Amino acid sequence: MTESVIVGFIPLLDCAPLAAAVEKGFAADEGLDLTLVRETSWANIRDRVVVGHFDAAHMLGPMAVASTLGIGHLQVPIVAPIALGVGGNAITVSNALWEQMAAAGAEIGADPARQGAALREIVSGRERDGARQLTFAMVYPFSCHNYALRYWLAAAQIDPDRDVRLVVLPPPLLVDALREHQIDGFCVGEPWNSLAVDVGVGHIVTTSTAIWRASPEKVLGCRLDWAERHPQRVGALVRALYRAAEWCEHPRNREELAHVLAEPRYVGAPVDLLMRGLTSSLVFAPAGLPRSVESFYVPARNAATFPWRSHALWFYSQMVRWRQIEAKPEHLALVKATYRPDLYRASLHPLHVPLPPNDTKVERAPNGFFDGKMFDPADPLAC
Amino acid sequence: MPPIAMAWPLHRHGSMPEEKPTSDALRILIVDQNVMRGSVLEDGLREAGYSNVVVVRDMQNLMRRILDNDPDVIFIDLENPNRDVLEQMFQVSRCVRRPIAMFVDRSDTDMIEAAVDAGVGAYVVDGLKKERVKSILDMAVSRYNAFAKLRDELERAKAALDERKVVERAKGILMKERGMTEAAAYALLRRAAMNENRRLAEVAQSIVTAARLLK
Repeated sequence: MTESVIVGFIPLLDCAPLAAAVEKGFAADEGLDLTLVRETSWANIRDRVVVGHFDAAHMLGPMAVASTLGIGHLQVPIVAPIALGVGGNAITVSNALWEQMAAAGAEIGADPARQGAALREIVSGRERDGARQLTFAMVYPFSCHNYALRYWLAAAQIDPDRDVRLVVLPPPLLVDALREHQIDGFCVGEPWNSLAVDVGVGHIVTTSTAIWRASPEKVLGCRLDWAERHPQRVGALVRALYRAAEWCEHPRNREELAHVLAEPRYVGAPVDLLMRGLTSSLVFAPAGLPRSVESFYVPARNAATFPWRSHALWFYSQMVRWRQIEAKPEHLALVKATYRPDLYRASLHPLHVPLPPNDTKVERAPNGFFDGKMFDPADPLAC
Repeated sequence: MPPIAMAWPLHRHGSMPEEKPTSDALRILIVDQNVMRGSVLEDGLREAGYSNVVVVRDMQNLMRRILDNDPDVIFIDLENPNRDVLEQMFQVSRCVRRPIAMFVDRSDTDMIEAAVDAGVGAYVVDGLKKERVKSILDMAVSRYNAFAKLRDELERAKAALDERKVVERAKGILMKERGMTEAAAYALLRRAAMNENRRLAEVAQSIVTAARLLK
């Protein structure tokens, strides 16, 4: 019997497993009639999951946690039974800002610490001269983009709330805003960084992978009550997406995947730009040569689809750090209950695939943060 | 799509504006890039006696407009990617009274559902009594639904017109190439459609395409 499932998504590179699940038949294999609906804003994704238009959605990891905690909107418990990959974001700045940063010691492809130190000089200089503050955009307040950008800035002694301005802009408007000097930089998923470089308006400064080697990104999110009512559908979705992500991971399939994503009903971007992210080979500067960024976007390998509870806890630690919520001891149970490795394990049981033994992991070298800091989920608010 | 201007002032260190005098004239701001749809809602609200209605169509200086109008209720169409921008402005800005996503209270999911179905997002200033805005929200939902229906009808009418044109062209081709009368050409098309279990317009389209290829 086929079960129909409707899943919302935002046109970004990491909707790849969803597109592959439909196009390569992984959903059909699991008896799912999977319908994907393209959306224009994260707020719509949230609302349409909440009211039941969508059974599940391509969701920002922190968005699932924020909804479960009830920050900024209705408190609706969301669960994430599978992650949709690791990495895939970058920070891009305008050509003008890049030139100043380069004069202050930044270099194409250099590590985030060096780039951050250069930016720190520019920010201090502007403050001294009374020039307007730099403006950086990200895509949503509860997003890995917001937290990665803030992490990088703060590590360079730039206070993201005092020394620069952070604004939200939807991905399709970022490149134009950069071109028209309304913003000085942004943090977003692919293919938008590559597009900015390709049309000659920006330079990629650093990547999510460089900031946090195994940095989490999107998840499949659905309402807790929907997951409880439809355990078979959840299981089928997790298996279909797991297999789809494995398919996306295989180098042999990347070209085909890029062509699928290039279609207007998915991402609608040129194949060669999508290939940069898919092959972890980014062009950092207009007319520059491609550079390999190890593990820039990882759909499946190294447990990239595993919904680590420690990821949910890290997001929570950042919500507290940036004063989006006041820490309360009772939050921790809610946060942990959002990411559901138990559902992931149960769903994948029939596939006999290797699974991580634990539900959390300590984030540290070699998969940790560029500044050498550690995140211990046993004590999430320590830092 | 016009890029958004980043020039909104975020008076981070400013104080909260003073409570404005109580008045029954609720201030309503409509953010909609579709000129017609925005007007449909605006008209409805004016007819219902709400005189303080402002429609914002271009996204430039959105924050400025919000500050100037100090609305109690804000509507935004859900096709608008700037919805995320709007929500963040409410979260970070200290200079507008905090509008919150419609009814942050679980008992109102029906209302939220109706609004999302209709394609409109609503934000209501925190603390505003629910009874005062219920009728406005209902109005927005019904007007957006009416507009969607109207748009569907227009699209269907346009599609029907396009189909009629294709059939006319296919008839013309048959009349010219096969020396048929108009009635015979139409009968042939209809028979083919019935035999192949396809719509008349589809058969007509394939004739037009074939004729173009064989030219």
